[in-house]
Amino acid sequence: MESVFALLVTAFMAVSVYLMLSRHIIRVLIGLALLGNGVNLLIFTAGRLTRETPPLIAPDAEAITGIVANPLPQALILTAIVISFSFFALLLVLGFRAYQDLGTDDTDGMRAAEPVDDPGPPEGY
Amino acid sequence: MMGTVIFRTLSPLISALTLMLAVFVTLRGHNDPGGGFIGGLIAASAFALLGLSHGVPAVRQALRFHPMSYAGFGLLLAVCAGLLPIFTGRSFFTALWTFPQVLGVEIALSTPMFFDIGVFFVVSGAMTSIALSLEQRGGGV
Amino acid sequence: MAAADVSAALITAPVPLSDWLVALPLAIPVLAGAVLVLLRQQLKQPIIVAVAALLAMLVTDIALLARVLQQGPVVMYMGAWKPPFGIVFAADVFGTSLATLATFIALLATIYSAADVTWAERRFGFYPFLMLLMAGVTGAFLTGDIFNLYVWFEVLLISSTGLLLVGSKKPQIDGALKYGLLNLLATTLFLVATAYLYGVLGTLNMADIALKVRAAPADTPLVTIAVLYLVAFGMKAAAFPLNFWLPASYHAPGAGVSALFAAILTKVGIYALIKTEVLLLGPVSAHFAPVIAAVAGATMLTGALGALAQSELRRLFGWLVINGIGSMLMGLAIGGEAGLTAGIFYALHSMVTMAALYFCGGLVEALAGTDRLTQLGGVQKRAPLLGAVLLILSLAVAGLPPFSGFWPKVLLVKAGISAGSGGLVLVLLASSLVTTIAMGRVYLFAVWRDAPDAAAQTGANGPRSPGASVLLPTLVLTVLVVAIGLYPMPVHELAARSAAGLLNADAYSHAVLGGAP
Repeated sequence: MESVFALLVTAFMAVSVYLMLSRHIIRVLIGLALLGNGVNLLIFTAGRLTRETPPLIAPDAEAITGIVANPLPQALILTAIVISFSFFALLLVLGFRAYQDLGTDDTDGMRAAEPVDDPGPPEGY
Repeated sequence: MMGTVIFRTLSPLISALTLMLAVFVTLRGHNDPGGGFIGGLIAASAFALLGLSHGVPAVRQALRFHPMSYAGFGLLLAVCAGLLPIFTGRSFFTALWTFPQVLGVEIALSTPMFFDIGVFFVVSGAMTSIALSLEQRGGGV
Repeated sequence: MAAADVSAALITAPVPLSDWLVALPLAIPVLAGAVLVLLRQQLKQPIIVAVAALLAMLVTDIALLARVLQQGPVVMYMGAWKPPFGIVFAADVFGTSLATLATFIALLATIYSAADVTWAERRFGFYPFLMLLMAGVTGAFLTGDIFNLYVWFEVLLISSTGLLLVGSKKPQIDGALKYGLLNLLATTLFLVATAYLYGVLGTLNMADIALKVRAAPADTPLVTIAVLYLVAFGMKAAAFPLNFWLPASYHAPGAGVSALFAAILTKVGIYALIKTEVLLLGPVSAHFAPVIAAVAGATMLTGALGALAQSELRRLFGWLVINGIGSMLMGLAIGGEAGLTAGIFYALHSMVTMAALYFCGGLVEALAGTDRLTQLGGVQKRAPLLGAVLLILSLAVAGLPPFSGFWPKVLLVKAGISAGSGGLVLVLLASSLVTTIAMGRVYLFAVWRDAPDAAAQTGANGPRSPGASVLLPTLVLTVLVVAIGLYPMPVHELAARSAAGLLNADAYSHAVLGGAP
């Protein structure tokens, strides 16, 4: 089962790398979102896959009995989803704002911070 | 603004139901699926829906304070819930429970619950703020 | 409720109040940030809240540092869960000294920015972002859990992107977008490495990882993980060839924010890199020390040459930050107690000097109304004190005596020669020479010569003389630069203790895991 998931993670990462190589901000953003999902699946796989019961303690017991799924990767993934979701929302707004203010979605055309016609430093005193 | 009569008539009702669902999901979060984050997202979607049907100024007026102020309040609540154990000589974020009897019913009060409510306000405030600014001007953080 | 026996997992003994020193530097900025967001329409002077919070953080940081120096790592177990189950905060000498210095610089940067931050920017959230940034930085420096480190990285990433945007000028939007995208990629790579580490070792607690790495069977793919961390944190620290986001974004915001970023953010990357490669994965990272050495050399050279090729003051300083990162990486590449001491000393020196340099650059820019080398000039005539400050800082950056940059470079050369990496020493000296030339040119053009075009200087954004609130932070840091240069022993002691703590993983693990009550 792990190997199937490994292939799935690979597919996610490959698609995200392909998208991130684009010059268009929106594709890069979608690529980053996919990368984040790929990593979440990776954490899930790293915690070992079991087709057993959820990690809940029975009402009359004091500890977990038998084989249960690993709860930690789920907590980690939840945290990672929450954080990357909020930062992704910020970047999405920022990308849209950049499209409005800079007039382009193409990173080649975004040279506001590093102008192309920079004259270079003075060569003599 | 999307102006069909059906949408404008139904959206306050749907928003109100969604907000109730958000509170329900937040409070059941300790022992069942749910919690502050998902509850906050549901609440933010309710405000975003209202913003679509009635316009952003109406939502801002209904909220009274800026959405980010709600987020600040939530953050304050969450950290205070974590700081409370300092008075009982326990570690940061240690869960404290109390079970007062209110009208003969046992109510479970705990610091994780207040933390979760704080998360609810942080998420709903921040996400409402982002959604409203996107709806209003089509831009701006 | 039936009382279950939880003593195996929970700490039931009372926690002394002094242990809260670890949690307070985190809780204070978050609380202050929350208050500032909550009352941002109501507060007339939000800077008072920010400065008070930073002062409180500084006091707790110093108290924590004193305690850590006295008795080793101070640990607090979040939610009272025993490690390795719960998240711990473990303050060691390395993290605490960086956190203390970072808070001090943030305090000065806040005072420096006070005059700059307009009312509109305050409404946008300058001070809340600043507070959350400091929470993220302090959290990253003090946490003892590698996944928690990821969380703090994201906190400081979100808030620093927000700070970059305050003002919303076009270069800021452009810079912030690239900064945000590339740093999100770096943090995601960090998460990939952490996922593998968890898959291999089954733990996220740093002390536990350090123990398990040293007991792991030989076929554990630890080198892969260590290299992934090198890529992720190298990108965060702006090491060659992943450095190009830094000069594209650091000059965009106001001078105070630039100074804060230059002083702190890349050092968080260096901190995480040193901590993972030495404390956690020390036994395996020796396998690719030559790679780190190559990266260090290339980073030093790129930084110095980039500085030489720039015509704008603050973009030039951005390349000097990169050059400094190379020197710190050199300390990591040489390794051992001597190399790490030199690298950490360099990090402490670089925080102070780069912040001062950006402060000073902002003053020069305000005085002359431009930051282009071709148009600058006449600072010496109009503000001799500022000229002297820029000269001192230039010499300190280049590593000339008697200023703070001299000692870490001496230590680096010494450690490099005794470790047999003479090539790296040559690169260090060559890059120092190039840096001297670049900074010498800045001094000649901006300070020494007369203004080339006197009419342009009195234009619309013409000269304005600096007020006390911007001059004071600059002078304080410059005095610190001179003081470290003349009396380096306390800083060297801190660096040496940090290095010793990093190399003695057993003692760290024992303090965090075994010291549990």
